[in-house]
Amino acid sequence: MEERSYKNAVQTVEIDMYFGEIKALEGINFHVGANEVVGLIGDNGAGKSTLIKILTGVFTPTKGKLYIRDEKIEMKSYSVKQAHNLRIETVYQDKSLAEKQDLWRNFFIGRQITGPLGFIKVKEEKRIANEIMLNMIGFRGAGISVDSKVGKLSGGERQGVSIGRAMYFDADLIVLDEPTIALSLKEVRKVLNFVHQIKEGGKACIYISHNTGDIYEISDRFVILDRGKLVASIQKEEISLKSLNTFLLEYAHGLKENEKQ
Amino acid sequence: MKELLSRQDKWFRFKELPIIFVYTVLIGAFILAAPKVFSGYRIYMSFLQTIPPQLVLALGLTLVITAGEIDLSFSAVVAFSGFVFAYTFRTFGTPWVAFILALASGALVGFVNGILIARIGVPSIMATLAAQFFWSGLTVQLSGGLSWNIKAIKAHFIHPLFVGRIGGIVPAQSLWALGLAVLIWFILNRHKFGESILFIGDNEEVARVVGVNVEATKIKLFTLNGLIAGFGAVLLTLEMINFWTTQGAGFLLPVMAAVFIGGTSIAGGQGSILGTFFGAYIIGSLEAGVVASGIGGYWTRMTTGLVMGASVVLNIVLGEGKGKSLTQRLRNSVFVKGLRKAG
Repeated sequence: MEERSYKNAVQTVEIDMYFGEIKALEGINFHVGANEVVGLIGDNGAGKSTLIKILTGVFTPTKGKLYIRDEKIEMKSYSVKQAHNLRIETVYQDKSLAEKQDLWRNFFIGRQITGPLGFIKVKEEKRIANEIMLNMIGFRGAGISVDSKVGKLSGGERQGVSIGRAMYFDADLIVLDEPTIALSLKEVRKVLNFVHQIKEGGKACIYISHNTGDIYEISDRFVILDRGKLVASIQKEEISLKSLNTFLLEYAHGLKENEKQ
Repeated sequence: MKELLSRQDKWFRFKELPIIFVYTVLIGAFILAAPKVFSGYRIYMSFLQTIPPQLVLALGLTLVITAGEIDLSFSAVVAFSGFVFAYTFRTFGTPWVAFILALASGALVGFVNGILIARIGVPSIMATLAAQFFWSGLTVQLSGGLSWNIKAIKAHFIHPLFVGRIGGIVPAQSLWALGLAVLIWFILNRHKFGESILFIGDNEEVARVVGVNVEATKIKLFTLNGLIAGFGAVLLTLEMINFWTTQGAGFLLPVMAAVFIGGTSIAGGQGSILGTFFGAYIIGSLEAGVVASGIGGYWTRMTTGLVMGASVVLNIVLGEGKGKSLTQRLRNSVFVKGLRKAG
């Protein structure tokens, strides 16, 4: 295991995010330790995806500070590219692959291997993409080549591509945003094993899912968002799966109001 | 078995096959219908003389459509940049300054489009339609509605360089257009910028998430298209040694037709430079071909419509990745479904 010289892979301080009038996030203080797996839980619209899009440079927050590996980030110039450079990788379910494009292009988009004048070294990209597919994802003989269009792949294969990409670029923090939707049990197991690998490799991970069973298995800590606020952060040792489920039900959107009525 | 499959796959991957087929059939038909005209080289040389400006415009437009956007202003650039070119040359007598200003004015039109579309969020069809009216209107205003002769430019090197006859036969503009086609093919298929265009056209949300700077790419794209249209304007103005206020006005639809015939999808994410190349030559050959065949000029437009329809259908049936879905399509067609239900 590599020794990490920093305490937190990522940390936010008092992050606010407004979309016009709508408060998507409010006063979020969130962190992920250098070698910690955090399960991010919350209902649809709780702000999970917004939060990780801020962490990965897709959105710029309205207010607040962001630290990556304990160093303060200039929010105005923070971008996906910079996040990549700071070794943050994201695996989305289906939202990070372009359907009509070749597999090899999907591996390297945003950080192509280029020669003079910005022209892409196609042969090299294809060779590396092929290696990733064979050695990291195990697409051996699956009838898929680096020239296949992503649209032809199954859900599991697509997830394999996203994960292979994250593995190849060797991030310090890997964010998995609902990575197991529409996957078979066997494929879900592959994804979970990947998270175990991240942990064993001394790296950090944020895992978003609605499946508390999966989250409970892999996470060191659970962070619960509810309607744009961070409402709880619970260590795995402090709670059983059963009480976690009960706790989440209590926070389920609208349920509390209903009880009050 | 596996090898066979992959070989088949390769053939289906060669997505320009249908369009080349259409062009071959078309020329074949013309040779049969008007052997006198179409077995000599003159008609082909006249194609190489008249088609390049439209081909140049179509090449730029292919990039824009691949990005899932549209540009309706390029025909106004042909007038505006042509005016800037003719005006500068007539006033100062400096052809190269005129050339650079013509390209720059095209780029300016494109840049304004890009800002409106990417920064302010105006849909490209509206922004560029407005631009089309504005810049062609401005051209009429500035030129006073007159057409200007620039015969004096024949004495300068720029004339033979861009529109001279190589060996006294081959129009130079055809080689410039061909060169541009090769360059744009490399930009779209082998350059970071082209890959950004492909991903934006495919799915803008994905493009953003994987780190494509969508805004900047779109501004660059529209600026480049303006620049290319400016180059088309120079080729046209030089060939005609004349500027007229409505030049390029008739190019809008044929150029768009050339792009779509070539198999570039309006949905974005996929564009064919080779297809556009043949598309432009098909569109440009039709009128001369139909007239020479003795069918009569009235049939030109109808024939264009037919050829465009046939090409688009062919592209769907035989095109990229559709090898498999040909049977799927059949299976899903209403007719066969009806049969199966009855069975």
